[in-house]
Amino acid sequence: MNLKSLDDKSLRRFKALAFLTALIPLALLLVAAWQDELGANPIEKITHETGYWTLTFLLLSLSLTPFRRLSGANWLLRFRRMLGLFAFFYACLHFTTYLVLDQFFDWPAIAKDIFKRPYITIGFTAFVLLMPLAVTSTNAMQRRLGGKHWKRLHRLSYLIAGAGVVHFIWLVKKDLTRPLLFAAVLALLLGIRVFYRLKARF
Amino acid sequence: MKISGKSVIPASEITPRALFEQRRHFMQLALGASAGLLAESVFAGEKLPATLSEAYGLTDKLTPLKDVTQYNNFYEFDTSKEGPAKLAGSLKTRPWTVSVEGEVRKPKQFDIDALLKLAPMQERIYRLRCVEAWSMVIPWLGYPLAELLKQVEPTSEARFVEFVSLADPEQMPGQRKPVLEWPYREGLRIDEAMHPLALLIFGLYGEMLPNQNGAPVRMVVPWKYGFKSAKSIVKIRLLKQPPVTSWMQAGPSEYGFYANVNPAVDHPRWSQAKERRLGDFLKRPTLPFNGYAEQVAGLYVGMDLTKNF
Repeated sequence: MNLKSLDDKSLRRFKALAFLTALIPLALLLVAAWQDELGANPIEKITHETGYWTLTFLLLSLSLTPFRRLSGANWLLRFRRMLGLFAFFYACLHFTTYLVLDQFFDWPAIAKDIFKRPYITIGFTAFVLLMPLAVTSTNAMQRRLGGKHWKRLHRLSYLIAGAGVVHFIWLVKKDLTRPLLFAAVLALLLGIRVFYRLKARF
Repeated sequence: MKISGKSVIPASEITPRALFEQRRHFMQLALGASAGLLAESVFAGEKLPATLSEAYGLTDKLTPLKDVTQYNNFYEFDTSKEGPAKLAGSLKTRPWTVSVEGEVRKPKQFDIDALLKLAPMQERIYRLRCVEAWSMVIPWLGYPLAELLKQVEPTSEARFVEFVSLADPEQMPGQRKPVLEWPYREGLRIDEAMHPLALLIFGLYGEMLPNQNGAPVRMVVPWKYGFKSAKSIVKIRLLKQPPVTSWMQAGPSEYGFYANVNPAVDHPRWSQAKERRLGDFLKRPTLPFNGYAEQVAGLYVGMDLTKNF
C-alpha cells in the first residue's frame, strides 16, 4: 500500500475504523459504569476522563497538518473534521457531566463558577468557541463561508486547544505532570507550524 | 464544648436505636468490604479492640470501607486517588517511633506499641471533609491527642504543635517528586491540639490503619479540611511560634494555617459552600466547622475567619 496516496475505498475503510476507535474511550467508560468500577467518586472520574479525551482529540486534530508535512501523506487531512468533531463530542459529554451530574442544574452555582473560577471561565470559553467550528464543519457551510473566511474561523482551534490546556493546568492542585505533557505536545504541534511558515518566507 | 463533659458511656447502657442500626449496618459493610480486600496485601487487617464512644456517634451513613481505603489523598505515594492503595505496601510500620519534643518538660520517644497502650482506645464516627469539596464518614479508632501531650508536660511557652510525617523516598515513592516540601508538616494551635475532638488515630473500621490511610499513626482533626490531619507521624514538636506547613509553602493564598471547614470562605479556585458525600448524587451544604461548631467555635471567638482561613 502506498502511504502517500490512498484510494477512496481504503479511505472509507480507514474512516470507519477511525470512527469506531474514537468511540472506544466512551465505550470503556460505559462498561466501567456498568460494572461499578468508576471508584469512590464516579462523577469526578467521568469528568476527568471526558476532559482528558476532549484534549486528546483536540491535539490529534491539530497533529494532522504537521504529520502531512513530514510524511507527504495528503489524505491525512481527510480525517481532520472527524477528529475535530470527536473533540467537540467529548467536550459536550464533559460539559454535560458538569451540568447534570456535578451541579445538577444548580444555575446560581454554575454562574458563580463561570465568572469566579478562572479554570472554569477558560474551560467554558473554549467550549463555547468550539460550537461555531462544529456548526461550520459541513461541506455546505464551508462553501457558504468561502475558503478564506472558513480558514480564518477555524484557526480558533489553536486558541481553543491552548485554553483547554490552561484549563487543565489551573485546575490541578499540585503535580502538573499530566497537564504539562499536553502543553508540551501542543507547543510542538504549533512550533512545527511556525517553522514551516518561517521556512516558506525565507 | 458541650460534648467534652460526657465520658464514654458504659456498654451496659441501652444503645439508641439509630446507633444500633448504624453499627449493624457497618458490620455488614465491613464484612463485605474485608472479604473483597483479603487478596490485597496493603490492608493491615489486624483487629484493634476499642470501645464505641457513643457521645461521638453520628447518624450519618458510613462511607464503605472500600471507598475509605481506595480513594486517598496521600501525596507521599502518589497524587492520584487510587495510587496510595496500590503503592503504600512499601511503607514499613514496624519498628516505628514517635518523638515528642520541643517546649516540653519531658521529651520522649514513644514506640508505636507503647503508644497503642497509652490510653483507652475509642471508636468515634467522624465526618471527613476534604478541601476538594468531597466528604466521607469514617469510624476511627484512637484517643485524644491531649492524652499524649499530657505525658510530656508542655511548658507555658508551648503555643503551637507541629506534626512531622515520615520522609523516606524508599518507602514513599511519591517523595521522589518535589510535589510538596518533604517531610509533610502540619500544625495546630495548642488549644486546638488539646481539644477532645482532636484525635491520635491508629485504626479504622475495627482494624489497624491500612498504610494508605496514614499508618501506623495519624491525626484526625474533624472540624478542619483533611490535609490538616497529618499521616504516618514520626515527630510531634511543641513550639512557641506557628509552624509553616507544607501546604502553606505550596500555596499561601490557597491554604491557610487554620483551614477550618467554612462554607463561607471559598478556596480561590473552587467553592466550599457545598460538598459531595461520597456515594451521594446530589451535593449537600457544607456545615461550618464541618458540623462541629458547637464544640469548637469557641476556640475562634473574636477572630476574623475570612482572614485566618
